[in-house]
Amino acid sequence: MIRIDSVTKRYPDGTVAVDRLSLEIPDRSITVLVGPSGCGKTTTLRMINRMIEPTEGTISLNGADLQQQPVTTLRRSMGYVIQNAGLFQHRTILDNIATVPRMIGWGRRKSRERAAELMERVGLDASLAKRYPYQLSGGQQQRVGVARALAADPPVLLMDEPFSAVDPVVRKGLQDELLRIQDELGKTIVFVTHDIDEAIKLGSTVAVMRTGGRLAQFAPPAELLSNPVDDFVEDFLGADRGIRRLSFFASEGLELTTDPVVRVDATAEQLAAPDAPYLLVTDAEGRPLGWAEPGDLTAGDIVAEGLLPYGRPFVPGADSLRAALDCAVLSPTGWAVAVDAGGRVTGVVSQQAVGEAIRAAHSAADTGDARAVGPADIAKVAP
Amino acid sequence: MNGFFDIPSDLDNTYFGLIGLHLREALLPVLAGLLAALPIAQLCVRFRWLYPPVLGLTTVFYAIPSLAVFVVLIDYTGQTELTVMIPLAVYSLVVLVPAIVDGVRSVPEETLAASTAMGFGPVRRYLQVQLPIAVPAILAGLRVAVSASISLVSVGALIGNQGALGNLLADAQKYGRPELAVNSVLTTAVLAILCDAALVLVRNLLTPWMPRGKAGRRPKQAAARPEPEEAATR
Repeated sequence: MIRIDSVTKRYPDGTVAVDRLSLEIPDRSITVLVGPSGCGKTTTLRMINRMIEPTEGTISLNGADLQQQPVTTLRRSMGYVIQNAGLFQHRTILDNIATVPRMIGWGRRKSRERAAELMERVGLDASLAKRYPYQLSGGQQQRVGVARALAADPPVLLMDEPFSAVDPVVRKGLQDELLRIQDELGKTIVFVTHDIDEAIKLGSTVAVMRTGGRLAQFAPPAELLSNPVDDFVEDFLGADRGIRRLSFFASEGLELTTDPVVRVDATAEQLAAPDAPYLLVTDAEGRPLGWAEPGDLTAGDIVAEGLLPYGRPFVPGADSLRAALDCAVLSPTGWAVAVDAGGRVTGVVSQQAVGEAIRAAHSAADTGDARAVGPADIAKVAP
Repeated sequence: MNGFFDIPSDLDNTYFGLIGLHLREALLPVLAGLLAALPIAQLCVRFRWLYPPVLGLTTVFYAIPSLAVFVVLIDYTGQTELTVMIPLAVYSLVVLVPAIVDGVRSVPEETLAASTAMGFGPVRRYLQVQLPIAVPAILAGLRVAVSASISLVSVGALIGNQGALGNLLADAQKYGRPELAVNSVLTTAVLAILCDAALVLVRNLLTPWMPRGKAGRRPKQAAARPEPEEAATR
């Protein structure tokens, strides 16, 4: 555990970057420091590896005061990932990753083997090993940055806005990759960002900081979304926190119905049977094709092109209530399509039913019985 | 007997002997200038306030004509090669200090922060990160210094035939043999071009990590980086 104990950073000109901050950062989970620019989040991060020394207060790791340790030893035991990666442009990808192992005396061969192993872990093709940073895309460079930070297997990983300079699609990929790596490695990660969505997606605990370097709220993301302590945190969370909170409710409990689901080769009898305003047509394997009004379908002559789009289906259990609601809202019929991992329809659910499930989830959460899914679980099904 | 390559006997040297002498008188000062410029530049990088006065002082040195320096030095070092090489070393220093300072300063902030965060001490960081990344800028400075030095050696002809190939200019007048002047100018020019080409080759060997024209796989990114040569001469 990293314990930040009433730490203040005051500069000679009187500016206070961090003001009496106390935080207990739990082991083996991701703690996100989030806040507007000037809130002292990067300063706080840099005080952990002593790139900046606190003016007052102490920071300790597993009970040992960091001030008492030699600074280079301390830094080599904490991986550091920075915005724009900060790679050594004059070294190959492999040598960049092998930097810290080489420095702590692992020997050339062992360091390179380790670097190659890490390239695979962060999803970099082995063919990039001999390339130089300028030959890589921004997203690839950032993966190298993560691999380099992990190279000497440090227990702590400090990440300073690592994904903010890449485009949203690449950023999402990097975030999912980080969650996957964290699942495997279980590091103590301190992650700085100004992006509240990123904080909610990645953090097990989120520290919201306000301008002037003070802590506004320190809580798990679901709690942050349901109970912001004050107007500042509420504003910072944004206008749609209610919708975003749904990310933390599982969609498993939704009552699906298969009544309006018909196969493309259905008989006239099967088409007439359901008492529903719309029918969902699937192909022979059960994959969704589209919606239609019962009167518009003729048995034996159903063409996929004539059907209404079914929006983006959700996977009960893997996706959250937010995804289910999104499906229902996007669907022109107001019904969300549920599929299994193979993309075959398992049922449909109406907006009303989703709404009821949301109310039920809220009351369950209020009584402390939330069947919440973590953001990590949701990320796993990302396409 | 009075051919293009026939060197008058007063120079006591062959054509190739003169070339060797010329290279020595031109390149040793650059080497000395480089060795002096590295620590001076590093001081200027560490103590920012030092750079403007150092730059001002070296520029004043550059403005002093070499002939005036010879006149002063001749009392101490006599009519020797050393008298020629001392001002050349100073001129090289003047070119190289800003080149190195700009090169070292061109290392991106996040690269420096990352190296500090990984536990690089200041010395290791200088030798393994800042200096290697400054190599293109340093080589760009060296190209200017070497070319200038090769052409300036000839001035040494004015102090007792210490100008190597430049001595041919004096002899061309003395013996009425204009072909010696042509020889001197052409040979000096060819030497400068060959040395420059050698330095480009050295740079390319030392910096496989530089984006280079169409060889770069991501030309868009490459364009965003300032050319180190520009940075060095700025």
